[in-house]
Amino acid sequence: MTAAPPPAAQGDAGNLVRRLLAGERRALARVITLVEDADPIGREALALLYPHTGRAHLIGVTGGSGAGKSTLTSALTKELRRRGRTVGIVAVDPSSPFSRGALLGDRIRMQELSRDPEVFVRSMATRGELGGLAPMTAEAAAVLDAAGKDAVIIETVGAGQDEVEVAAAADTTIVVLTPGAGDDVQAMKAGIMEVADVLVVNKADLPGADALLAQLQAMTAIASRGRLETPIVSTVATKGAGVDELADAVEAHRQKLASSGDLDRLRLDRARRQLLALARHELLERVLRASERDGRLEELVRAVARRELDPASAARRLIEAAEA
Amino acid sequence: MPNAPPIRVLVAKPGLDGHDRGAKVVARALRDAGMEVIYTGIRQTPEMIAEAALQEDVQVIGLSILSGAHLELFPRVVQALKDRGIGPDQVLLFAGGIIPDEDIPALKQLGFREVFRPGASTQDIIDYVRRWAAGRAPAAAAEGGAASGP
Repeated sequence: MTAAPPPAAQGDAGNLVRRLLAGERRALARVITLVEDADPIGREALALLYPHTGRAHLIGVTGGSGAGKSTLTSALTKELRRRGRTVGIVAVDPSSPFSRGALLGDRIRMQELSRDPEVFVRSMATRGELGGLAPMTAEAAAVLDAAGKDAVIIETVGAGQDEVEVAAAADTTIVVLTPGAGDDVQAMKAGIMEVADVLVVNKADLPGADALLAQLQAMTAIASRGRLETPIVSTVATKGAGVDELADAVEAHRQKLASSGDLDRLRLDRARRQLLALARHELLERVLRASERDGRLEELVRAVARRELDPASAARRLIEAAEA
Repeated sequence: MPNAPPIRVLVAKPGLDGHDRGAKVVARALRDAGMEVIYTGIRQTPEMIAEAALQEDVQVIGLSILSGAHLELFPRVVQALKDRGIGPDQVLLFAGGIIPDEDIPALKQLGFREVFRPGASTQDIIDYVRRWAAGRAPAAAAEGGAASGP
């Protein structure tokens, strides 16, 4: 059971939310912290903000380490600003599995953005979450959405083949590839390719870019039988080349989603996933709290390690005990 | 998870000198001590540093400087923070780098609680940040940017 927040905390959440909705960036930053830390005030603020969400275009940017995600995110942001859109960015970097610390360096490539008050950049550490995002990335994006950003860009950690969580969190997913990062079979077997709404060949001034582009074109023609082909854009993010075409492709995708009714379907899917993920999390918390009280977890762990009990049966007993 | 949230730290280098080895060593050490360190790179203006501190909602700001321009740049960082509603009493502000003895009182006056100079170990810095965070943990969550402290 989650304890009801004390009245003072509700007051704090209400106050923070009012200030956030009035455009106070300090309150926006603090709400994201409280949400990220799973603080009860953050939960309350999120509930109050929820009716204000759903307006922003959520754009995911994913791809391998060193593909240029941060630089591309920065360049895309500048282009969207040029078009009059306000932008929020959630940039995710990995936490150390050993120390739980993190070095968050995405801002290094986004320095110019910090002069623009209509751009809000927030770095997040994965805090043990797999899949390329942090546990509260979608929620942080929702807070930026509620704060009135027209577009919210979610930049994942350097993703390999199956870190595809971003596709569930974003309306439009950009997958960034670079020449020289593996043959076309690598690209084909990667789940990351299947989630692309827009494919980007970044560092298109490097050798091998044309070959990669040709491979991708052949591949998307095979993969998208019947459906519209996934657009492929060549960019040199450091020079801003191709970024206007990228912004066009991203905005065209959003329009297509809205006009085809896919946006509604996408949002139903997302609502279902979010609800189930939170329910799963809450159930696990309850089980752990209950097992902490009676020491049952340690008992079962030892029994499994001694081969007296198989893991699946132990898990069932753990849950039964918590429900009792 | 029942663990306390990690301490969030901004490590920044104001001014024009491009030597960020020290800043990176400190950033890495704080990360290995379990903190979340936002590193913004070299050649930061005071406004860029303050803006990053605001957006990232950090509890701790470490500034590294080797160029000798600290008495020029640090007051401007403090002012840019104040302009954004972040008083030196609300965050832990510390400095590192080549800073002469005679300048330390002026920096303390500005709100820098500690100055780490060549020879200071990264463990000293880690311990210092941890002690400070432990001392103010209960108040931090509810503060929400309101002015507090003396």
